[in-house]
Amino acid sequence: MAAAPLALPRLGFLRRGRPILMRIAQAIPVVVGVVIISFVLTRALPGDPAVYFAGPTADEKSIAEVRAKLGLDKPLPTQFAIYAQDLLKGDLGTSLTTGQPVMEDLARRLPASLELTLAALLLSCAIAVPLGVLAATRPGSWVDHLCRVLVTAGVSMPTFFTGILLIYIFYYLLGWAPSPLGRLDFIYFEPSRVTGFFLVDAVLAGDWETFFAALRQLALPACTLALFTLAPIARMTRAAMLSALSSDFVRTARAAGLTKRKVVYGYALKNALLPVVTTLGMVFSFTLGANVLVEKVFAWPGIGSYAVEALVASDYAAVQGFVLAMALLFVALNLVIDLLYAAIDPRIGFKAR
Amino acid sequence: MLAIDNLRIGFRTRNGHVEAVKGISLAVGSGETMGIVGESGSGKSVTAYALLRILDAGGRIEAGTCVYSGIDLAHAPERQMADVRGREISMIFQNPRAALNPIRKVGHQIEDVLVRHNRAGRNNARSKAIAAMEAVKIRDAAARYHAYPFELSGGMCQRIVIALALACDPRLLIADEPTTGLDITTQKAVMDLVAALIRERGMSSILITHDLGLAAQYCDKITVMKDGVVVETGDAVDVFARPQHAYTRRLVDATPREGATVRSLLPAEARGPDPAYTVRDTALLRVQNLEKTFAGKSGPVHAVKGISFRVRDGETLGLVGESGCGKSTTSAMVVRLADPTSGKILFDGEDIGAVPAKSFARDKRRGKIQMVFQDATDSLNPRHAAGRAIEEPLRRLTDLSARARRDRVAELADLVGLPLHLIDRFPHQLSGGQKARVGIARALGTDPRFLILDEPTAALDVSIQAVVLNLLADLRARLGISYLFVSHDLQVVRLLCDRVVVMRAGEIVEEGEADQVMHAPSHPYTAELIAAAPHPPTLKS
Repeated sequence: MAAAPLALPRLGFLRRGRPILMRIAQAIPVVVGVVIISFVLTRALPGDPAVYFAGPTADEKSIAEVRAKLGLDKPLPTQFAIYAQDLLKGDLGTSLTTGQPVMEDLARRLPASLELTLAALLLSCAIAVPLGVLAATRPGSWVDHLCRVLVTAGVSMPTFFTGILLIYIFYYLLGWAPSPLGRLDFIYFEPSRVTGFFLVDAVLAGDWETFFAALRQLALPACTLALFTLAPIARMTRAAMLSALSSDFVRTARAAGLTKRKVVYGYALKNALLPVVTTLGMVFSFTLGANVLVEKVFAWPGIGSYAVEALVASDYAAVQGFVLAMALLFVALNLVIDLLYAAIDPRIGFKAR
Repeated sequence: MLAIDNLRIGFRTRNGHVEAVKGISLAVGSGETMGIVGESGSGKSVTAYALLRILDAGGRIEAGTCVYSGIDLAHAPERQMADVRGREISMIFQNPRAALNPIRKVGHQIEDVLVRHNRAGRNNARSKAIAAMEAVKIRDAAARYHAYPFELSGGMCQRIVIALALACDPRLLIADEPTTGLDITTQKAVMDLVAALIRERGMSSILITHDLGLAAQYCDKITVMKDGVVVETGDAVDVFARPQHAYTRRLVDATPREGATVRSLLPAEARGPDPAYTVRDTALLRVQNLEKTFAGKSGPVHAVKGISFRVRDGETLGLVGESGCGKSTTSAMVVRLADPTSGKILFDGEDIGAVPAKSFARDKRRGKIQMVFQDATDSLNPRHAAGRAIEEPLRRLTDLSARARRDRVAELADLVGLPLHLIDRFPHQLSGGQKARVGIARALGTDPRFLILDEPTAALDVSIQAVVLNLLADLRARLGISYLFVSHDLQVVRLLCDRVVVMRAGEIVEEGEADQVMHAPSHPYTAELIAAAPHPPTLKS
């Protein structure tokens, strides 16, 4: 009661924005922890980057030289201090495998992965949510069975297999798809970079030819990932819808004569969205990390294959950069999901605690 | 107006086909209020859902007709039914908060119905929704329009549900246990409101309830159902005062009412003299200036504001009040599940309030103070058989051997009248009354001197309630234990208690002998509580 008159209406935006800032502030210790752990873990990995980069013919002396050049001869705390200092300046170091600053590599490759993952999830939701709803409204019908079959097939086939199968059918047999070699056929120029998402950048540049070329390249890998992510989303939608449809408020809505459409989509689905959004967040995070197989199959220059290559080469800067980028992404993702929760359900106040 | 003829409703279940309603017939005249009374499983709600054809999945009308002003509701095409629902016949439900969409503003929910039945367009929907809310006496309706169900009290939610049901001026209103779960004063306010609206608008209505007294007070006619069959139908006063069928008589007998004793709730053939027990004039429990403050969202909540009372050895004290009055917090502190903010709880002269609730489970006095919980189902572990549930306190609090424990479980089951062959069953395989017996047996295992009964019969049908209350009376006489009987229902409390404490907003407003409190309440709030209980018409003999 006493707090109400104090809140000036003009500060409304600040008042709404503050919890978000608080949440971001709460993420700082997480990020610091990630920085430390990723540093320690990469050092604990077997393999010596100095040996790797000095080459197979190098002798002790040249290895030591490389080591000194990389700063790996210094004690660990000193190395960490240097790393942390660079980090504060926004310098993630230089990748030894690509010879580029890690920041630049990530800025190029992260959008590629995000574009693929987001396209896959959009596609997957567009199929899974309606499928789940239909299956829930007609339990035991053919839609329900189709849903079950699709879900089982989706999870039981590994992505690299689905990927290769799709390439075989749509590229090799039918010739509908372009060759599975990266984000854009070499005859097109990359659109000038704004977001790093080729589709978005092409639209911004008004270059529809490039847009469709990029879309064609994206289609098969996105389908492959979508098939894989379909299962959890469709399942959760079905289960959440079944419980929403059997709840008391749906009975009230039916007794009041509301149309079936309104009851199913306006009342039940909105209530069922909460668990679906949770699942979506989880699926998003594991796909982003796990789509390395798809990236490999389609020669997609994404962050997953970058991380694997860096790991194999004990490329410290690149691995640390990757882990940090993922951590920041997850923090942002969780924030978005919390905001979505608050937007869907008025009972969940978005409060700084 | 409505004629149901030989209606049969069946459900497909995992255990095969179940017939829930077995050929019932009844008629509701224009402007008439019909009460359908029955205990759980009687098919009364299913009948109502069938009228609107909103049966749950698997349910089907198998035979019969329900003719409502020329339309056979049982066979009408779905399109026609969609227009009947909400416009011609509408329904209000029990558990009003769950009956509303939790994430949609209540005003919008009323608008949805208005717009659906072409009672409002986009421009005037809001004003019409507010008018519908004002019609059910919601103060400050324009502000409440923007509220979500979770921001409103149970009684207010029920008003919204009523507003929603009446928004399109239906001719027939079906009320399915509209006041179950509401406080007794709220129940009266809601029922009076519904009755007044029905009268004003000249509607017909069907009131579905398990409470014969409530039906007798508000209905013109009563139909009594049992196991899917109509056992008796007639004028409300007649059915209540001169029940023809044996089952109706049992229901009437079991309804706690003015002048009844605990034994008179039972069927005539099972009645005996009220069991005698002795009360000694020594205080077993003394509560002194007990206080409890919770940290709430908007500052501390003062749930219990320094109350004092005592329970004598062998006595039964009733603790009565409506939800939020602090009675549950008090009982949780006395049974040592919650720590008081300040004050003393003297049990047999020792301050048990000083022992933190966390470590009281290992205190030697734990076994002496036990509790029977409100919901017999929820308070049993669904994965433990009845015998295991009864044995649990014996394992924790006594050092009996496995064999001795088994004998003790059998003894306890016998004591509470639980047939021995049932102790291997799981809670879902037991009836409500049997689960209540398990809960009581569990509490008695450690030979307690003091039992806290937290609304032990609130979730039970009246006939089962009668049996359980009698069981408690017998146990008191046999074992000489003291009870603290916590309840919202003065009529039930009166049956068992020597003295009654009435709580409101964390304070004791009245304390006295049960009969005196009931007949000559000194505090206006107590008088209000007594007046709010249903007063079935009595027969002028």
